[in-house]
Amino acid sequence: MTSALTPAPHDTGAAPVLLQGRGIGKTYAARVLAGVDFDLRAGEVLALTGENGAGKSTLSKIVAGLVPPTHGTLALAGEPFAPASRQDAEKLGVRMVMQELSLVPTLSVAENLLLGRLPQRLGFIRGDALNEAAARQMALIGLDDIDPRLPVSALGVGYQQMVEIARSLVGECRLLILDEPTATLTTREIAHLFRQIELLKARGVAIVYISHRLDELQQVADRVMVLRDGRHIDTRPMRELTQADIVRSMVGRDVHEGLDRERRPQGPVRLRVNRMTRGTVVRDVSFALHAGEVMGLAGLVGSGRTELLRLIYGADRKDSGSLQRGEPERERELVVKSPMQAVRAGIGLVTEDRKSQGLLLPQSIRVNATLANLGAVSRRGWLRRAEEQAEVQRLRDLLRVRSDSIEQPVNQLSGGNQQKVVFARWLHRDCDILLLDEPTRGVDIGARADIYAQIDKLAAAGKALLMVSSDLRELMSQCDRIGVMSAGRLVRIFERGEWSEQLLLEAAFSAYTEAEKHAAQEQLA
Amino acid sequence: MTSSKPLTTRAALTSAVGTVAGLLVALALMVGFFSWQSQYFFTADTFVTIANDIPATAVTAVGMTFVLIIAGIDLSVGSTMALAAAVAGIAMLQWHLSLLPATLLAMGVGVVVGAINGAITVAWRLPSFIVTLGMLEMARGAAYLATDSRTQYIGGKIDWLGKPVVAGLSPAFFIAVVIVALAQVVLTRTVFGRSLVGIGTNEEAMRLAGVDPRPIKVAVFAIAGLLAGLGGVFLSSRLEAADPNAGTGAELVVIASVVIGGTSLMGGRGSVASTFFGVLVISVLEAGLAQIGASEPTKRIITGCVIIIAVVLDMLRERRKKSA
Repeated sequence: MTSALTPAPHDTGAAPVLLQGRGIGKTYAARVLAGVDFDLRAGEVLALTGENGAGKSTLSKIVAGLVPPTHGTLALAGEPFAPASRQDAEKLGVRMVMQELSLVPTLSVAENLLLGRLPQRLGFIRGDALNEAAARQMALIGLDDIDPRLPVSALGVGYQQMVEIARSLVGECRLLILDEPTATLTTREIAHLFRQIELLKARGVAIVYISHRLDELQQVADRVMVLRDGRHIDTRPMRELTQADIVRSMVGRDVHEGLDRERRPQGPVRLRVNRMTRGTVVRDVSFALHAGEVMGLAGLVGSGRTELLRLIYGADRKDSGSLQRGEPERERELVVKSPMQAVRAGIGLVTEDRKSQGLLLPQSIRVNATLANLGAVSRRGWLRRAEEQAEVQRLRDLLRVRSDSIEQPVNQLSGGNQQKVVFARWLHRDCDILLLDEPTRGVDIGARADIYAQIDKLAAAGKALLMVSSDLRELMSQCDRIGVMSAGRLVRIFERGEWSEQLLLEAAFSAYTEAEKHAAQEQLA
Repeated sequence: MTSSKPLTTRAALTSAVGTVAGLLVALALMVGFFSWQSQYFFTADTFVTIANDIPATAVTAVGMTFVLIIAGIDLSVGSTMALAAAVAGIAMLQWHLSLLPATLLAMGVGVVVGAINGAITVAWRLPSFIVTLGMLEMARGAAYLATDSRTQYIGGKIDWLGKPVVAGLSPAFFIAVVIVALAQVVLTRTVFGRSLVGIGTNEEAMRLAGVDPRPIKVAVFAIAGLLAGLGGVFLSSRLEAADPNAGTGAELVVIASVVIGGTSLMGGRGSVASTFFGVLVISVLEAGLAQIGASEPTKRIITGCVIIIAVVLDMLRERRKKSA
């Protein structure tokens, strides 16, 4: 069979530039990438890092042919490189391993590896040839302990990831993009992955390595490229950098922000969260939420913030932990096993994805706004149309929802106005505790200000608000306290005045190293 | 703000009336065509026959409308009709119950069958298609058991329901019309009706808004069973007998009527009033084709075409509304 890998250039001293990008930019509704220049050499690992939304995935998707750039040009080994599709890029040896695995779980490892190029005779798969080819392929990256005949679903997530990588090496591979490859791996598997990366480097494969885990970069990266707000900030050899340097480039400046706002007066405890745990997603999280305050939850994507909100709200089942209302001396446990109980207990949730989880899209503003409190606009199960209309009209004016009328279907509204309808629902319900998951995602600046004003009003009215956001500046300007989650743990709660973007980010990264230590301990035990 | 209100109210009104208007046009066209083709079609007799023919399908279709609105389906209604009719027959023949208690008993059987459908669907989060497909067989089997696999002749005790009382129309027809009207009001004017539309549109969003979809879904299947039970009794009253084969394939006619009425199989959208017109479309078509002497195979082919055309037209209309 043909070797999966191009022969290694042995003069590793001054490796040729394999991929060159000049002025790469991408604009969707907003600009997400602007004027990024970079060089990638054969046989090197270039780490790509930055905050949530810095443009890492967009850049890697452009290189892998998943999306075309709106500006700039790429050159692969000197030739212009403008892949029209992922298949196009793969033909030229540029491959990407995505965070979400794309394996077919019911098929065998061998079938997955060679999917689309199965050895066949008269339409029948040649099983022996298939398994042999697969075994050879896996041996290339030191994966000889897996039986290629096993179904992929029988493997752990770590091994599935390895199979995914092995698959990307079938055929020619000159450039491999790994997007958060260690997110689901144990320490041992990570070590294994790093050995594979060394093997690939020795063969001259260029690797783009995207990761949140700064300690990993020190082990695996040759150079580090930092993006911020879609712009290229810095690319430097790893050995010249410390973790703090990298974070500083990601943040941009080392200043305290949002100090202009007064801390809101903190009322009594409204909700006490005790040792909330779900698998490894949310681990042992405890904190208290006070009346009249807005508490933020910062953290990287996947750090367990959304999951924590969903546990509090009863939307997912918790392994352990409890909720309590008020001060500990009153010791009243709050049982919330379902969203129904949560709503009855005065808790509301503005979901992260309003389209799939928040709204009835084809239905009107009126129907959506009263959904959580139909009892208030009905008598003995019969809806009071006039009351409902008056109520929704009032909410619409209060929140300044821009629409033709309250009968307009919400799928005709802009993102900001849709989000206001979700807020209207919880205002109508008059919750004491409001959980906000990315409340301004996809919301334009005008509507954003309206939503902030509403949050202020709610806090002033003595409500307790808990707000998840990936936008640190938003958290710093809106919140009185910010809890930082990292690898499922609530690692620290900052008081207003204590925080800076740098400190928050460092906290957000902090538990990932600990998590690995923990995993290692578990394996030893 | 208020100035734009009448405009959209009108828009909402036209869209609701749109389906019914379309169905009325279709009905008028069919009546015109059949009257042109057969001199006997446009007579009071024909319309009275149609009116007395539809109650069983109409009440069952009301329940089916609710089920489709929550994005479910109930394939067991035909068998449930037969089982309920069998129980009513046995109750009248062997236990000497009169018509009313026997009918209530039959509806009770329907509720039990429907509640089982709903409970299994909800408890194990199964597709209602599969659950009710199983129930289709079970209820049919039970109907055979109850009737000893023979058609039980009931006679005069039950024919009151199907006999003309006013202007040639039967009590069954009036009951069906009242049920259609009531169900339409429930759908548009109650919290329950609102919840059905919500569950069919986005069940997860309903759950996260604090509305428990599970009891509502069970109730919907129970209502579908209840109405199929009543439909079964109506069917018996026409036959004056409890036939274990009654209602075979009725689920398909019922679903077709509901879909012709513009209710979406994907859930979240539907109207009981339009369902009633959907039922009319199918029965006028059947009656008309019979009158102009179409053979059984031709009738079935044409009915099939009409179902597909109706759904295509409705879909095009919805798409236009969305893009507008």
